[in-house]
Amino acid sequence: MKCFTGWQGEPKEPSDMKRLWSFVIKEFRHVLRDRKTLLILFGMPVVQILIFGFALSNEVKDTQIIILDQAKDESSRQLTEKIASSRYFTLQESLNTYQQVESKFKEGKVKLALIIPQGFDHNLKHGNVSQLQILLDASDPNNANVLNSYLQAIVQDFNSSIQPELQLPFQIQTEVKMMYNPQMQGVHNFVPGVMALVLMLVCVMMTSVAIVREKETGTMEILLVSPFHPLMVILSKAIPFLLISILNVTSILLLSVFVLDLPVNGSLGLLYLESILFIITCLSLGIFISIQTSSQQIAMLISLMGLMLPTILFSGFMFPIENMPLPLQIISNIIPAKWFYIIVKSIMIKGLGFDMIWKETLVLLGITLFLIFISLKRFKIRLA
Amino acid sequence: MRTIKFLLEKEFKQIFRNKSILIMIMVMPVMQLILMPLAADYEVKNINLSVVDDDHSETSRKMINEIFSSGYFKAAGFLPSYQKAIYLIEKDKADLILHIPAGFDKKLIREKKGNVFIAVNAINGVKANLGANYLNAILRQYNISFRQELIGQNASIDRISIQTDQIYRFNPNMNYRYFMVPGILAILVTMVGGFLTALNIVKEKEVGTIEQINVTPIKKHHFILGKLIPFWVLGNVVFSIGLLVAYLVYGIVPVGNLIVLYGFIALYLLVVLGFGLLISTISQTQQQAMFIMFFFMMVFILMGGLFTPIESMPDWAQTVTRFNPMSYFINVLRMVILKGSSWSDISNHLLVMAAFAIGLNFWAVRNYSKTS
Repeated sequence: MKCFTGWQGEPKEPSDMKRLWSFVIKEFRHVLRDRKTLLILFGMPVVQILIFGFALSNEVKDTQIIILDQAKDESSRQLTEKIASSRYFTLQESLNTYQQVESKFKEGKVKLALIIPQGFDHNLKHGNVSQLQILLDASDPNNANVLNSYLQAIVQDFNSSIQPELQLPFQIQTEVKMMYNPQMQGVHNFVPGVMALVLMLVCVMMTSVAIVREKETGTMEILLVSPFHPLMVILSKAIPFLLISILNVTSILLLSVFVLDLPVNGSLGLLYLESILFIITCLSLGIFISIQTSSQQIAMLISLMGLMLPTILFSGFMFPIENMPLPLQIISNIIPAKWFYIIVKSIMIKGLGFDMIWKETLVLLGITLFLIFISLKRFKIRLA
Repeated sequence: MRTIKFLLEKEFKQIFRNKSILIMIMVMPVMQLILMPLAADYEVKNINLSVVDDDHSETSRKMINEIFSSGYFKAAGFLPSYQKAIYLIEKDKADLILHIPAGFDKKLIREKKGNVFIAVNAINGVKANLGANYLNAILRQYNISFRQELIGQNASIDRISIQTDQIYRFNPNMNYRYFMVPGILAILVTMVGGFLTALNIVKEKEVGTIEQINVTPIKKHHFILGKLIPFWVLGNVVFSIGLLVAYLVYGIVPVGNLIVLYGFIALYLLVVLGFGLLISTISQTQQQAMFIMFFFMMVFILMGGLFTPIESMPDWAQTVTRFNPMSYFINVLRMVILKGSSWSDISNHLLVMAAFAIGLNFWAVRNYSKTS
């Protein structure tokens, strides 16, 4: 810690460590006194992990489907039964006209409809082609795509079940293997993301607001006139958040291992070291913001708009970076959370070692040193 | 009435004096609405595919050609071994591996069956699923044309007797932004309304000016109305700016009636403001208010059906979303803007929102006391 405080030139007093210690304890008391904020700080990662782990999914199950059966014959009944018995769809009700389907779509209850034309049975038995129509609510395009492919699969299945003699030659068969995440759960993507988000929140927002608050209420002046080096004042503010953040990392990891059954595949020690590096990056960012601003609302605004949003957007955990336009892809490189996200994903899920992530680590280190350097240059002992 | 008029004058003056709040109201919605849909693009394209072709036959080459000409896939590399391809996946340079084993072509012709292997990086479930689906569909298509080449066009054996065709309603071009923009607009209006109300009142508490108001003969409901009306107006302004941006940048014109839209907003803003008011009554500092608000916003956004469909959630989570005002708002915005739903279609949503508005505001007013 001492290496970047820049006061090596001064004569060393033996009581400095002690002073720092007492300041850190003071800051801790400040933080611990605000119960509501504390509760949210520790509750946030828990709730986020639970929501991401258990509530959010793209799984298709029991989707309401309307079947507009204009044929009303044996084959159409069989097909209807087959669809109703699959675990993906539940039959909503039978409707008779196209207009009724449309109004159901507008109520937003139903996402797709299958229209079976007249003479379906007759066509099938006489070897003619029958045309089915699938009507989809495509306001969510991806969902529509997935629903469409599930329904198609059922229809094709039905098709081959009524013509068992149909054996196609020259079949190209595909075997698909889902790596890292065979059950296709969202958790794998989200745990590293939640970690980046929470650390960012605690370190940047809390630190900057805590320091600026002292400026706003005027107590900063009292601290600055004390014999204690001003940089140490700031440092002592950062240390409690470092500890809180490490606690948060631990609680997230415990939750993901014991509640979500998502093991840490790589080295735990490496994961902690990288987390501490990221925490220091965030702390220096928070300190940098606090040096630049003078009111809590502005500090919050910068943290919220300038940092939280880019973190959610550009870290790659919610939205794939490669889908973005090029300028945004370039911007994403200066977001520390992006690099941390890659690192955590590599260690936790892919189980890779340091040799695969040293580049990302170096980038993070570079950003940190840059921020500390700028903060030191901008730091003024006197308040305006 | 006169008291409220003076209070309103005071609030508006304070709002316009504070630059940071003005930025929050004017710049944030515009910036976010422009940036977020660009970034929040779940449309799956540019899937990176690396190919390991151990077969080196004409069939395999044609197949690879077919895949890359489809436009869904980008070549991440043609590699000599499966191990090297795995390395690309580890480095996140590739999403899928297509492995064509040696002798594929011969086996396909002699034994009538040939196998190819697809390995998918499934950490991102949506992308993995769609990527594998696309690749499968292309291979199936190729299979049909390959078979026809071998046994001739009129091979009746290949006839598929049920054909399906799809109609994509409301968003025929499958533009993902049409889906995202209304949802993001819902978040923005909620955030601005909620945060501003909560922070504004708590600031008066923190700075101490609330005591000055408390000792005046201003009635409780006067004070609260004086706080709510300006932010209600601002909420409407933000929403209008948002609609304008959606039109100018993305060309989204609401299919439904604007009166329906504004009618719902008017009611919804009462819910949001009531919520902000409630938060302000239980917190002492701005920091506290901000964190509590942030916490709820996060839950609202995640459980609001913005990114993942509510129908896919487990039952307990679906029950939770019923208590999430934002999920109703996102839903209604999408319904009215994309599908053109009318009053009767959203009547349920309106009723629930009215209940929320009355409940939250009643609770907040009860909680607020002039004595501390």
